[in-house]
Amino acid sequence: MSSLDFTALLPLILITLASLTLTLIVAGYRQHRLTMVATLIALVLCLAVIPLAAAVSPQHVPPLFIIDRYALFYMGLIFTAALAITLLAYGYMKGLVDQPEEFYVLLLLASLGAAILAASNHFASLFLGLEILSVSLFALLAYPRRFQLSLEAGVKYLILSSASSALLLFGMALIYAETGALGFGQLSTLLSTGALSSEIFFLAGLALIMTGLGFKLSWVPFHLWAADVYQGAPAPVTAFLATVSKGAVFALLLRLFVQVDGPQHHTLIVLLSFIAVATILAGNLLALLQNNIKRILAYSSIAHLGYLLVALLASGNLGVEAVTFYWVAYFIMNLGAFGVVTVLSSPTQEKENLEDYRGLFWHRPGLAGIFTFMLLSLAGIPLTVGFIGKFYIFAAGVEATLWLLLFTFVMGSILGLFYYLRIIIALYQTPTIEKEALASPSSLPLMGSLTLALLTLLLIWWGVYPDPLMRIIQAVAMALI
Amino acid sequence: MILIALLAILIVGGLVAWVAERWHPLWPRFISLLALGCNFLVLLALWLWQPDPFMINGQGAWLITLDRPWIPHFGVRFHLALDGLSLLLALLTCFLGLMAVVASWTEIKYRIGFFHFNLLWVLAGVLGVFMALDLFLFFVFWEVMLVPMYFLIAIWGHEHRHPASFKFFIFTHSGGLLLLIAILELAWTHHQNTGELTFSYLDLLGASPDPETAFWIMLGFFIAFTIKLPAVPLHSWLPDAHTQAPTGGSVILAGVLLKTGAYGLLRFVVPLFPVAAAEFAPVAMLMGVMGILYGAVLAFAQQDVKRLIAYSSISHMGFVLLGVFAWNAVALQGAVIQMLAHGISAGALFMIAGALQERLHTRNMRRMGGLWAQAPRIAAISLFFAVAALGLPGLGNFMGEFLVLLGTYRASVPFAAAGALGLILAVVYALIIVQKTLHGEPEEQRHFTDFSTKDMVAMGTMILILFWLGLYPQPVFDMAHPALEGLQQLTME
Repeated sequence: MSSLDFTALLPLILITLASLTLTLIVAGYRQHRLTMVATLIALVLCLAVIPLAAAVSPQHVPPLFIIDRYALFYMGLIFTAALAITLLAYGYMKGLVDQPEEFYVLLLLASLGAAILAASNHFASLFLGLEILSVSLFALLAYPRRFQLSLEAGVKYLILSSASSALLLFGMALIYAETGALGFGQLSTLLSTGALSSEIFFLAGLALIMTGLGFKLSWVPFHLWAADVYQGAPAPVTAFLATVSKGAVFALLLRLFVQVDGPQHHTLIVLLSFIAVATILAGNLLALLQNNIKRILAYSSIAHLGYLLVALLASGNLGVEAVTFYWVAYFIMNLGAFGVVTVLSSPTQEKENLEDYRGLFWHRPGLAGIFTFMLLSLAGIPLTVGFIGKFYIFAAGVEATLWLLLFTFVMGSILGLFYYLRIIIALYQTPTIEKEALASPSSLPLMGSLTLALLTLLLIWWGVYPDPLMRIIQAVAMALI
Repeated sequence: MILIALLAILIVGGLVAWVAERWHPLWPRFISLLALGCNFLVLLALWLWQPDPFMINGQGAWLITLDRPWIPHFGVRFHLALDGLSLLLALLTCFLGLMAVVASWTEIKYRIGFFHFNLLWVLAGVLGVFMALDLFLFFVFWEVMLVPMYFLIAIWGHEHRHPASFKFFIFTHSGGLLLLIAILELAWTHHQNTGELTFSYLDLLGASPDPETAFWIMLGFFIAFTIKLPAVPLHSWLPDAHTQAPTGGSVILAGVLLKTGAYGLLRFVVPLFPVAAAEFAPVAMLMGVMGILYGAVLAFAQQDVKRLIAYSSISHMGFVLLGVFAWNAVALQGAVIQMLAHGISAGALFMIAGALQERLHTRNMRRMGGLWAQAPRIAAISLFFAVAALGLPGLGNFMGEFLVLLGTYRASVPFAAAGALGLILAVVYALIIVQKTLHGEPEEQRHFTDFSTKDMVAMGTMILILFWLGLYPQPVFDMAHPALEGLQQLTME
């Protein structure tokens, strides 16, 4: 490996070192605030070296990684999200009676896994990244280990993850049997030269890989775990699961899709189109039936993964841009929405029922306002970043003339409006007097509130003036294609 | 810059009104009056300072424009402009905004600042809709105004406010999404034909997609606008929303929001797709006639005053739809006058209904009876607006309906004849209001205050405007004429 390789890999190396160092710190001296500050410093450092790595990109680090603008962009997104979750989680973890410090170590490890996914260019690194991410997530999900729901969520995710890993491995094996290659680049050259004798094994392998990744992305019909796990997990971990873990897997999927020239495989496209339609409809319809905010947001995030699939299928330059832009929007909206749940909750008392939010506007106007913005953005109402994201996907869909998918998207958005409005209406209902008394004006965690305010600012800023972000994303999309 | 200022005054005014609630509950009300009054005067000045205020002419009839790049990646521009048509509707918007503030003066008792914030932001959105010349920008305003309107209904509405606000939002947002896809397809077709990606109205006028595509895109626009109008099979959100909204909200809904749908048809549907719209005109006119008759018949069957006015709005907006698709000079002028006159008369009727509800705590007409004896001012004014709504010659509504029917007669005799039946049905329901609420013996001996001076000033202004529109509408014709002629020329080519 040359020094250029090291420079390119700096973000990955730093975050690995950071998680090790943090483990040592925690082993030596347990102090919640110190651990949290160390985590923040580590993440900021990782973010700071991204421009250094960008200077030498695109850099292949054979055979496992490719560090290009695309990978670095997603790494930036992942680290920023981890930063936001650390800030949000601090207030929440204070409520945990015993030892909140390892939470941050696990958070860094999970981010490492996610970052590896964003940069991986080989099935081996894909699998490694995915396993690092998943294993840290089991522990994170079950972190408040005295609570049955969290344990249940952890176990569910564990079983699901092993199943999806098995499928993934089998898929890789089939592809290896057919092509003798495990690197995405090799695959792409093999495919373009038409060296494949029969496509059956290759497609079956690809389908199995899609299934394995589909579990992680909670596409229908692989979505059954999502709502339970979201509900059971501690609120900040739910935020992490919804954003970072899904975003990294999708980033990888998009890279794979572009490398194997997805649009060329008709069967795959048909299959994914079915999945997209089913995901959008089922996600939205099931969300309608819920009374638990975390479950509603879980199903809504399933639906949003369906929308992203529409952009993926549109492919082309605009499709890739749409996916990337939508991920930025998705990160902001979901971190914000789960963030509101987080700052109101504590490990002993998760505020997750719609009832808990009734009349929030009357005693916490700021928080209710932030939540309203997040929900309106999820619903895709203009002047929020969610609208621009939706517009991007619509534009990509219209360009690729995916009418069926677009109309499903419209149907899904209309259905979605029902449950977003239901939450919003609950926020603004006049509370009964006893409710008012219950809502003790306990102070909110300062850092969490600041983070939420910042997210709202970004949500509106990029919703009103998305041009700077669009320029960056154009460059990112260019790097991939 | 004036155009930006118009929006900024309302947006900033809304924020200030929200904050000002802390000091005194009167502050938000005065700030709203100030912001809207300021806008109204600016618009009026803009009109009167034209070289020849009663005959606006010139290239494209744009009085004032503002064009800045916004999202270059998609060719989206921040392009606002006013012509005679937009100016008239903008004036109506600010005027009814003032009325809505007056109407909510005593009705809104909690979260006054937030109420006025929402009110001003709805009006900012509506003004934006009337001024936007970039389809993306138009869509943004179109959707943004829904949110504060939704809050107005959902927070300050009457007993069944939640389902009503849901219905309102879902219907109009569904239409909005269709509109968005239609806009995108139009822009992309243009992009394929010319290689230039733009959402500019003026550029897209020449987009000329192939007939089949044009028909589908036109349908997307048409459905979105007729939901808002509303035309008959798509109307079912309107009676609920109007009935449940607070008085100020109803005034804005009936007076201004419905006009955005009509404006969309006039400004976008026919000029952008002249051929497809001409082919589609019989269906659209049929929908217009259906709306006229259906709205009038159902209005007749209502017990709830606000519901009655809501259904009568459907009937009156049917005339606008008829006039727009008859697409000749007379019918278009009629449609514009009808939009203004209905804005004023429906706004006034909702204010009266709101005043009655505040005093009697019911909207049921069976329980009203005998108002003449108890509140002569309210009664006299109700009578005036009831006969205005039924189309008494000499008042604005008559002028609008008459011109629409005259124009429709040239385009299609059967539709004109069927539409004229609506005038008869209007008499029935208007007289029912008068009979049930004003005459007869009061059910119980009630004591309540009559209209105050403030209310009388508001009502008096509206009465004068209706007289003006009915007796001397020429200035309005002159003002709208160049814009309408410009639109018509677009479809000739």
